[in-house]
Amino acid sequence: MLWNTILLALREIRRNILRSFLTVLGIVIGVAAVITMVTIGGGATVQIQQQIASMGSNLLMMSPGKRLGPGQTTGNIPFKESDADAIAREISLVAAVAPVSSQSIMAIFGNQNWTTQVSGTNNQYLKVTNRSIGAGREFSDSELRSGAAVCIIGETVRKKLFGGQGALGEKIRLQKLSCDVIGLLEGKGQSTMGMDQDDIVVIPLSTFHRRISGNQDVGLIQISVQQGTSTEKAQSDIGRLMRERRHLSASDDDNFNVMDMKEITKMLTGTTQLLTALLGAVAAVSLLVGGIGIMNIMLVSVTERTREIGVRLAIGALENDVLTQFLVEAVVLSSLGGLVGIALATAASFVAARLMQVPYIFNPGINLLSFLFSAAIGVIFGFFPARRAARLDPIDALRHE
Amino acid sequence: MKTGGTQRSDSKSDQHLIEFRGVTKVYGEGHASMQALRGIDLCIDEGEFVAIMGPSGSGKSTCMNILGCLDTPTAGTYLFRDVDVSQLTRNQRALLRRYYQGFVFQGYNLLNRTSAFENVELPLIYRGAPAHERREQALKALDTVGLKGWESHTPGELSGGQQQRVAIARAIVTEPAVLLADEPTGNLDTARSREIMELLNSLNINQGITIIMITHELDMAAYAKHIIHFLDGLVSSDEQNGRAK
Repeated sequence: MLWNTILLALREIRRNILRSFLTVLGIVIGVAAVITMVTIGGGATVQIQQQIASMGSNLLMMSPGKRLGPGQTTGNIPFKESDADAIAREISLVAAVAPVSSQSIMAIFGNQNWTTQVSGTNNQYLKVTNRSIGAGREFSDSELRSGAAVCIIGETVRKKLFGGQGALGEKIRLQKLSCDVIGLLEGKGQSTMGMDQDDIVVIPLSTFHRRISGNQDVGLIQISVQQGTSTEKAQSDIGRLMRERRHLSASDDDNFNVMDMKEITKMLTGTTQLLTALLGAVAAVSLLVGGIGIMNIMLVSVTERTREIGVRLAIGALENDVLTQFLVEAVVLSSLGGLVGIALATAASFVAARLMQVPYIFNPGINLLSFLFSAAIGVIFGFFPARRAARLDPIDALRHE
Repeated sequence: MKTGGTQRSDSKSDQHLIEFRGVTKVYGEGHASMQALRGIDLCIDEGEFVAIMGPSGSGKSTCMNILGCLDTPTAGTYLFRDVDVSQLTRNQRALLRRYYQGFVFQGYNLLNRTSAFENVELPLIYRGAPAHERREQALKALDTVGLKGWESHTPGELSGGQQQRVAIARAIVTEPAVLLADEPTGNLDTARSREIMELLNSLNINQGITIIMITHELDMAAYAKHIIHFLDGLVSSDEQNGRAK
């Protein structure tokens, strides 16, 4: 008997192909929209997390000046290169220390020019910032000591100045300094804060001091702490050492500031969580709208079919026969719609992820959830109006217009 | 019969197929109420061909709907083969329709966009008959009503007379004890009406199906051996028709 009822349900679906199609379409769109949105949102979140990870969570940034808030400082007495050496020498938890002085300078090659960030530092800089040389070599010790006119350039600078040409061994001009390109940095991509991390030229710190800034100041010291050790401990050790080196008495505030990447990470994680919550809310709304669409079609079609229900009752169908038939119809249509929606969403989010350059990550939870939600709506709103109709006296159902 | 737990009226030896005792039907409540049937008594025996006649609003359709268990009486007793139908549950009444009754409507009430074959097959599906049996019986019923070769046509592709034949085929495919027809020829021209009447007549004679039919037309009622007239919710005359065709 159940098989016969399923047969009747399938016949109804087939014979009302347009109505069936519209029902399925409502579910498909609801499910597909939600899954696509959440999948893309999830991809973006993961991308942000990957970028944070690529910056290195064990990074400390020390800048001169009083700390006013996260990233805000004032009243700066700059560091010297010897400060960096002292940290490397005396703090055991430290893995690498890079003193960095930067300035925005126009780089020129032939008739091409490009304004970029020029940083004077040492080879430790690569280690601290989690970067590697893609082609060419690092600075040699003698180049670092003597302040040789050599540079390592980032991918963006290479593209802007050299285009398709080879850059290694060429000379570029930075203000009055003409320097050899000895290495290319491996591309890192856009950072989360919207800065292009590949828009950079690295030269030896001594070269920067002599040929560009004309003083011995170091604007920033970047420190990477050994993996698996406490950044807080390193932070306080460095703080103590620097207070000593800067001759601060116990009553003085720090006139430098050691910032933990964890602070930045925390800030960015908060942002992505907000983003995820926002996407979730939008997704919930579109699922609701999709659900209302399904509900409408189901309600209208069942109301339309009251007379049909009357005919079935008149020729000997039990209330349960009619209900089972409508339930099977609703289940078949809803699950079909759900499956097509999932397929469509998979294709759409895959393509969208490609276009938006975020990783595609399959999210089984949202697939299951939206499938169940739309199926439940389809079944509930297919079933209850049908039950109302099936409980009428056959003659009332037959007279229904 | 399958309707267990029902009451049988005892002692009466001369069993009728259908017996109404003081059946009334009231629509609505209070001042707005309308008495469609005001106490009907009638007896119909197995194998009869009954015509129910009467002006509009005389209660004959209401009576028919109660006969077909599509509607329930307000008061009175409806005995079907001595089973008190008013004591049956909804599902038991559905089973009574399924196994013992066939209903033909004035407006055909076929399922749209559904082939003649599938319409006729439908009552057998509710009976749980296997596919080959359904096929055999549905084709036979369509053949009986003269629609051999029209099995795959949908109601939209059939004329009114053909649709009514499909409806009749659907009603008789289960070989019911009684065929209830509410103005079966009401929407048809005289020639088609005559064909339908011949068909009902032959079903009555050849298959022994009891036929109860509402009609306005004396021509059609002339086929019946038993004619009941309704007037204002009461039976005004109930007589045998000696000159039945």
